[in-house]
Amino acid sequence: MTHIKYKTDSFPLGENQSVLDCLTGHGVPVPFSCRSGACQTCLMQATRGTPPEEAQRGLKDSLKLQNYFLACVCHPREDLEVALPSDDSQASVPATVRGLKLLNDEIMQVVLQPHAPIEYRPGQFINLFRTQALGRSYSIASVPEEDEDIHLHVRRLPQGRVSGWVHDELRTGKTVQVRGPAGDCFYVPGRAEQGLLLIGTGSGLAPLYGIIRDALRQGHSGPIRLFHGSRDRRGLYLMGELNDLVREYTNFDYVRCLSGPDVPHGYAGGRAHDVALQEQPDLKSWRIFLCGHPDMVNAAKRKAFLAGASMKDIYADAFNVSQST
Amino acid sequence: MTEKKLADWWDQTHDSLYAKLGGEAAVDAAVDIFYRKVLSDNRINRFFEGVDMDKQAAKQKSFLTMAFGGPHNYTGMDMRRGHAHLVKQGLNDSHFDAVMENLAATMKELNVPDDLIAQAAAIAESTRNDVLGR
Ligand SMILES: Cc1cc2nc3c(=O)[nH]c(=O)nc-3n(C[C@H](O)[C@H](O)[C@H](O)COP(=O)(O)OP(=O)(O)OC[C@H]3O[C@@H](n4cnc5c(N)ncnc54)[C@H](O)[C@@H]3O)c2cc1C
Ligand code: FES
Repeated sequence: MTHIKYKTDSFPLGENQSVLDCLTGHGVPVPFSCRSGACQTCLMQATRGTPPEEAQRGLKDSLKLQNYFLACVCHPREDLEVALPSDDSQASVPATVRGLKLLNDEIMQVVLQPHAPIEYRPGQFINLFRTQALGRSYSIASVPEEDEDIHLHVRRLPQGRVSGWVHDELRTGKTVQVRGPAGDCFYVPGRAEQGLLLIGTGSGLAPLYGIIRDALRQGHSGPIRLFHGSRDRRGLYLMGELNDLVREYTNFDYVRCLSGPDVPHGYAGGRAHDVALQEQPDLKSWRIFLCGHPDMVNAAKRKAFLAGASMKDIYADAFNVSQST
Repeated sequence: MTEKKLADWWDQTHDSLYAKLGGEAAVDAAVDIFYRKVLSDNRINRFFEGVDMDKQAAKQKSFLTMAFGGPHNYTGMDMRRGHAHLVKQGLNDSHFDAVMENLAATMKELNVPDDLIAQAAAIAESTRNDVLGR
């Protein structure tokens, strides 16, 4: 039987059990969120033994080489000695909250100034920690060349432990811990004439807003089409800023989609990805960005691919929320 | 032929199929076309419902690499294990035939000559019993 050694304890790993479940089952405070290998909150390091390849998917090469892995998708066949990333390069860094602003009823813009510089690409995400064992991923809406600080859009979920804390307890001037950045959902320069199709629901606009401004800033010349969706008008935000961009750049356009029954003039009726694919049915040689609700992201990925987009041109971040409470 | 020579002959003929087809670049060109055909094929796409598309695309790529005679490390046992859950859901010869059809159609679309398509098809065909768990 495989054993997982943490500090001075050694725990037997159950069949089909992940390292995360094994450790948290024994009371080790490993932070986690999505439990599906997407958010990187459960990052750990093997100090002895080699973690399986599939537990390192999506990690930077530098981290892979140091035997970092994601505990929630780690099913080793050999014994591992593991540690939490605490007293080294992957440790979290403090950041000061420089501003908090409601962008609509449920989405808070959080402006963070990290105490040590964080190099990121707009659209990547960072992990924000409420406590050492409680962290969540939030995508970056700011552009380093244009914005001084890091901007996040945090949507309040009912009973959300971290999003609720951001909305109700966080205050300007407070210090929080962040880690990252991570993720590969960002604009890569090159093929400037390619069409970009961006689809987001809810706070899925955060990474897209960063990606769009990054692409425009870098002189992307092909069409850039954003479809932002919500149930009703209250779920949309940044409409003024986006319409300013539409006026400023002839190659950018923006469609507001409402999936609820009430669709006023100036809005498209239907789910964002359905509207997008109706308007843009042939996606051959387009680059696609999908962010937000996991169901939308998965459905849109399939539809975009079947509409001709190449798999390697589809960038996606599903905002996976852990279903366990 | 000695065993050593037999192995060389095997390597050469298979290498040359992979090389003739264009190696990894050919697999990259084929994988999107093939996977799109599979997902649009109503005879078999139910087996791909709900699976992660990135992982699935990676699997299609290793399948094509194998069929194109390229380097791979599948064993018959892996094939059995990897498809056992699908066999339980009713995977049978008709579905295997559909995949073979999609493979040939993909290569035709890429203007691969018929004799090379036949060679790739023969390699893919050789996995039938393992895939179907017989
Ligand atoms: C790569 C990545 C990027 C992300 N980026 C962002 C971002 O930019 N902005 C953002 O706001 N979030 C983002 N998320 C989601 C975020 O990380 C958290 O999962 C989210 O904020 C919820 O955490 P919480 O602690 O508030 O809720 P938790 O305490 O974890 O609990 C959430 C509870 O809400 C329930 N629930 C789940 N979904 C819904 C729903 N749609 N409506 C109502 N209830 C629900 C769940 O069952 C659960 O019980 C991202 C996630 C990932 C993986
Ligand atoms: S990556 Fe493991 S909990 Fe999200």
